[in-house]
Amino acid sequence: MSTLALVHARYQLLETIRIPIALIGSAFFPAASMLFFVVPFAGDDPVAATYATASMVTFSIMVSSLFTYGVGVADDRSQPWDGYMRTLAAGAAPRFTGRILAGMAMSLVSLVPVVLIGALLTEATVSALGFVLGVATVFVGALPFTLMGLAIGYSLPLKAALVVCQVIFFPLAFGGGLMSSPDQAPAFIATIAPYLPTRGAVELLWAAVADFEPDATSLVMLAVWTVVAGAVAVWAYRRDEGRRFR
Amino acid sequence: MILAEAIEVSRRYGDVTALDRVSLQVTEGELVGLLGPNGAGKTTLASLLTGVRRPDEGRVTLCGGDPRDPRTRQALGVTPQETGLPATLRVGEVVDFVGAHYPNPVPRPELLEQFGLADLAKRQTGGLSGGQKRRLAIALAFVGRPRIVVLDEPTTGLDVQSRRGLWDAIKAYHAGGGTVLLSSHYLEEIEALADRVVVLGRGRVLADDTVTAVRGMVGVRRVSFACDGEPPALPGVVAVEQRDGRTHLLTPDSDALVRALVASTVDFRDLEVAPTSLEEAFLAITDSSDAVALAA
Repeated sequence: MSTLALVHARYQLLETIRIPIALIGSAFFPAASMLFFVVPFAGDDPVAATYATASMVTFSIMVSSLFTYGVGVADDRSQPWDGYMRTLAAGAAPRFTGRILAGMAMSLVSLVPVVLIGALLTEATVSALGFVLGVATVFVGALPFTLMGLAIGYSLPLKAALVVCQVIFFPLAFGGGLMSSPDQAPAFIATIAPYLPTRGAVELLWAAVADFEPDATSLVMLAVWTVVAGAVAVWAYRRDEGRRFR
Repeated sequence: MILAEAIEVSRRYGDVTALDRVSLQVTEGELVGLLGPNGAGKTTLASLLTGVRRPDEGRVTLCGGDPRDPRTRQALGVTPQETGLPATLRVGEVVDFVGAHYPNPVPRPELLEQFGLADLAKRQTGGLSGGQKRRLAIALAFVGRPRIVVLDEPTTGLDVQSRRGLWDAIKAYHAGGGTVLLSSHYLEEIEALADRVVVLGRGRVLADDTVTAVRGMVGVRRVSFACDGEPPALPGVVAVEQRDGRTHLLTPDSDALVRALVASTVDFRDLEVAPTSLEEAFLAITDSSDAVALAA
């Protein structure tokens, strides 16, 4: 990893931190879901609370990745500064890497409330090893959503990117079974869930923090989504020349 | 050595042709002005030479390489549009960020001092005045000690004093051996800085000549008067227009035209001589066959 990628990450973070309300946005929804759904309904059962907390962590990662990259990149592309950055002596790699590093850091920060609520207000438990594994899994699970976000951000104008992110995050969350415990999802969701990236991501996390056997189809589909989203992201970046007018 | 070159370059946006087989060469040490009205294709040409966009046809090179290759751009300095600075970053941070892309950047205090920004290093760019933002934007072009800078309308919207300050900075860079391609729609700015002018209109190169020669072409004046009957045939007229009972003649030499008019038998009334805008001058030379001959 080049130092230039770190430079890009550093200035991305600086820009975000100077407007702290942006951080609250991506942390609020998952934290609120924890308080309204998980704490009252599953808070007393250690197993259910652990699964539900892991689901909310995945939810949080998905939402913050989609919006940070999808909306963030589309917004950047509409700014003249983006056109200027393309004239600097840096290729795609440092900007891509820097953006992903900064996004990961922001995602981790937005996870803190979910994890704190899970630890303090529910019976959810995790071993030290499980926690470390869980954090590592979060990065793997974030990958397809990061790449989806980049694909959206680099291929759509800001207003379209915003709508697309809002439209897809909901079915991804419910369809992937993030709102139900592993074995109590409605039949229809149990059927479609393995084909959505949210399922593979959450199953990995469940396996890391609790006693859960991930489904092969879910994991294969997670890999497929990651590769496809990555290919679309690279394609969209290559064809992008800033905001286009016809 | 040729530092920037466009060879038969065309670029379209949908149905609009922004550049139509444009060729241009900038040699090391030159200060070339790119003159044209809004929509002439100046910004598009600059974006091709700086690697932001790709030509549909033709080829561009920068310092002998492809401007889309980041390594080629280590020798390039570009000015962002004033509105494009990241509002939450401080002046010093923006300079450091851009400087991090080059092997041997100008130290921050030195650069800020040169552009009169030393007192503003800790200010967020969103809080700067228009003139201060513009100074910072231009300073950024020079952070990486470039061999060539491409400045796209660097002083648009600036007051006279700030404009002269920036001209001095550009002149100093040029005097030190730097190469400059500067676009503008002010003839005055090009005259103050450039040795050579390339005139762009409707996506084509209309002229590529010395400042004096181009001034003769685009320094067009409008001589208008009322008269009955057909407009007279007079020397040095590049365009004739008749409306509201008045005849409008566009000419590069209004003195000679007025002398000829007085000496002729035309019974004119309400004579007026007025400067034309650059847009009008371009329309005139685009339409006249003289301009085509000059551009060839």
